[in-house]
Amino acid sequence: MVKPSTLYEKIWDAHVIERRPDGTCLIYIDRHLVHEVTSPQAFEGLRLAGRKVRRPDLTLAVPDHNLPTTPRRDATGHRIPIADPESAQQLAALERNAPEFGVRLFGDTDPQQGIVHVVGPEQGFTLPGATLVCGDSHTSSHGALGALAFGIGTSEVEHVLATQTLLLKQSKTMEVRIDGELGFGVTPKDVALAICARIGTAGGTGYVMEYRGSVFRDMSIEGRLTVANMSIEAGARSGLFAPDEKTFAYLKGRPMAPTGAAWDAAIAWWKTLKTDEGAVFDKVVVIDAADIVPNVTWGTSPEDVVAVTGVVPDPESFADASKRAAAQKSLDYMGLTPGQRMQDVPVEHIFIGSCTNSRIEDLRAAAALLKGRHIASGIKQAMVVPGSGLVKLQAEAEGLDRVFKEAGFEWREPGCSACLGMNPDKVPAGERCASTSNRNFMGRQGPGSRTHLVSPVMAAAAAVTGRLTDVRELLDKKVGAVA
Amino acid sequence: MEKLTEVEGRAYPFGMKNVDTDIVIPAHWLKTISRAGLGKGAFEVLRKEPGNVFDDPEYAGSPILIAGDNFGCGSSREHAAWALADLGIKVVIAPSFSDIFSGNAFKNGILTVVLPQDAIDRLMEVAKSDPIHIDLEHQTVTTRFQDRFQFEIDPFRKHCLLGGLDEIGLTLGNKGEIDRFEDKLAVEKPWLVPTVA
Ligand code: SF4
Repeated sequence: MVKPSTLYEKIWDAHVIERRPDGTCLIYIDRHLVHEVTSPQAFEGLRLAGRKVRRPDLTLAVPDHNLPTTPRRDATGHRIPIADPESAQQLAALERNAPEFGVRLFGDTDPQQGIVHVVGPEQGFTLPGATLVCGDSHTSSHGALGALAFGIGTSEVEHVLATQTLLLKQSKTMEVRIDGELGFGVTPKDVALAICARIGTAGGTGYVMEYRGSVFRDMSIEGRLTVANMSIEAGARSGLFAPDEKTFAYLKGRPMAPTGAAWDAAIAWWKTLKTDEGAVFDKVVVIDAADIVPNVTWGTSPEDVVAVTGVVPDPESFADASKRAAAQKSLDYMGLTPGQRMQDVPVEHIFIGSCTNSRIEDLRAAAALLKGRHIASGIKQAMVVPGSGLVKLQAEAEGLDRVFKEAGFEWREPGCSACLGMNPDKVPAGERCASTSNRNFMGRQGPGSRTHLVSPVMAAAAAVTGRLTDVRELLDKKVGAVA
Repeated sequence: MEKLTEVEGRAYPFGMKNVDTDIVIPAHWLKTISRAGLGKGAFEVLRKEPGNVFDDPEYAGSPILIAGDNFGCGSSREHAAWALADLGIKVVIAPSFSDIFSGNAFKNGILTVVLPQDAIDRLMEVAKSDPIHIDLEHQTVTTRFQDRFQFEIDPFRKHCLLGGLDEIGLTLGNKGEIDRFEDKLAVEKPWLVPTVA
C-alpha cells in the first residue's frame, strides 16, 4: 500500500525535478508573481548575465506597494506621475522590465491592477496544486486555493525568472484544526488572529500549515484567503486549504483559468489533492471554534491578541523575562496602560484594505454595517482601499462606494496603501489606527504609527464609535445587516 | 560571477562587533532599483564620523574588510552584500557572521572568512601598514611577516567561488532535467499554461 500522505507532500512530490543527497530538491515553479519592489535587481541581474526569463507565460507583473491610491489619471485622462522620485523609479523599472523580458504586466491604470495577492486568485492565475512564488512574504495567501505558495527574496526571484525552479528543502507539516461553528460577529480575520495568539509568531516556523476542520470547510474562498494570508504571521511560509467544490466554483470562468476539456482535466487532478486518511502531521494544533471571539491586537506583534471585550494585559503576567520586556516596550510604544479596557481605546484612523481584507466580501460586510451610519467626530481619516481595480468596479456596481462615502470614508484606488509606510498613505506618529491589514509592527503604517489589527466589520464599528468596539453591539441593533 | 581564487590587497581595519545590516546599508537605500551604486550608502552613518576607516585615503579601494564578531546580523536584506560588493570588497574576515549575511555574501561572490579573535587582532595590526593575502584554493590568509592562518569553508561554496559559478549558473547546468520535466508537464498538465484573456 502507498504510504498515506498530506496535501503538502502530494504537491511537493509532484514538483520535484531532482532530489540531492543532502535532501535539497530542485522544485519546479508553476506561477511567479512579480511586483515593483523586489524585482528591479533581479531583472538587472538577468540583464547583466545576458539571461532571459525562462517562462514569461507563467509570470505576471503587477505594481502595488509604491502606488499612491489617489486618482492616477487627471480630468483629461492623462496619467498623473508619482511624486516620490524613488517610488516613481521603481514603477518605471517594472514598466520597462516587463515588456523587455516578455512578461505580462497589469499597469497602474489597468482595471486588473491591484495587490498581487488579490490579483492572482481573482484572475485565476493562482491554481490548486500549483507552486506559486512572489518576492513578498504574504504570498502564503494563495494557499487558500490549494496552491503551495510562499514568499522569496530578490536573488530567488532572479533564480525563478531564469530557471523556473528553486532549490528547497522540504518543510515539516502542521495541521491547524478548528471544528464547530463561528459565533455571531466572528470573522475569518478573528480566526487568523486567534491562530497567531495560540501558536505565536514563531510557532509555524519551518512548517507548512494545513487548515482543516468544519470552520475552514464552511468558510468562503475569500475568508480562506484572509486566513492563509496570515499564515506567515504565525511563522509559516505557507498555509494550505485542500481545494473543494467551492474552490472550483470560485475559479471557473476566471480570465486565466483553464477552460473546456482542459478545465475538466484540471479538476480531475485537483480532486486528488487532499490529505489521505491516516497521513501524519508533524504537529497538530486544535482550536475550538466556540472559543474564538471578535479579536483585536494590543501590541506590536500579531500574536499580541486579546478579545475586544478584554483589557490590555499586564506585562508582569507573562512568564518569561524577555516576553515581559517586549510587552512593556510594546505598551510604551502603543501608549496603553495595563488593565485599560480595549473598548475604551480611541482611534483616529480607520484603514480597510490590504491583501488580508480588501476583497468584495470584506467591503460588503463593512458597508452593511456602515449603511445609514457616519464616522465619529474623532476620526481624522477613514479609508477604504479596494484590493484591485476589479474589486473597486464590482463594489461601485453594488453601490458600496456610496455607502462608504456617505459614512465619511474616502474611496481610493487599489494598492497596498496604509498597510505599509512606503507610499503616501501613512498613519502619523503617535496616532492610532484600526486596520484590517496583517502587521502591527512598530512603524509599519508610518514612523511612530500605532496599529490595532481587526476585521473589516470591527474597523467599521470603530469608525462609527471612534474607539475600538465590539462589533456585536452594533450588529445586535441591526440584526441581519451582516451575513 | 567573477572567479575568486586569490585576493591580495590592503584591508579596512574595521573590527567593529555586532555590525547589523542596517549599519552596513541603512533602510532608506532599499528603494533603489539597482545593485550598483549602493557602495555610496555603505556604512553611511559611520562615515559621518571624521577619521573613519572607509574614507581614509590610506585604505581607499581595499578589497578586504576585517570585522568583529557577528557581522551582518539583523535584517536579511541582500542590499548589505550588494553594498559591500559595490564598495569593491571581495573578502570579509571576522570571528563570526550571521548565517543569512554569509549566504547573501556568497551569492554575490564575496568570500566570508572565519578566524579566531587573536588572528583577527593580528590582521588588524598588519592591515594598518601592509597588504594581506588570501588564497582560497589553500584556504589560507597570509601576510609578508610570515603570518599564516588556515580557515574552513564549505566545499560547495569553495567550488562555486573558485569557478565563478553563481547559483543560477549551476541550476542552468540542470537544463536537461528541467526541459524534461517541462515536456512531461506539457503532456500531463497542459492546462497549467494560463489562458491569455
Ligand atoms: S497589502 Fe501589505 S502585506 Fe499585502 S502585499 Fe501589500 S504591503 Fe504586503
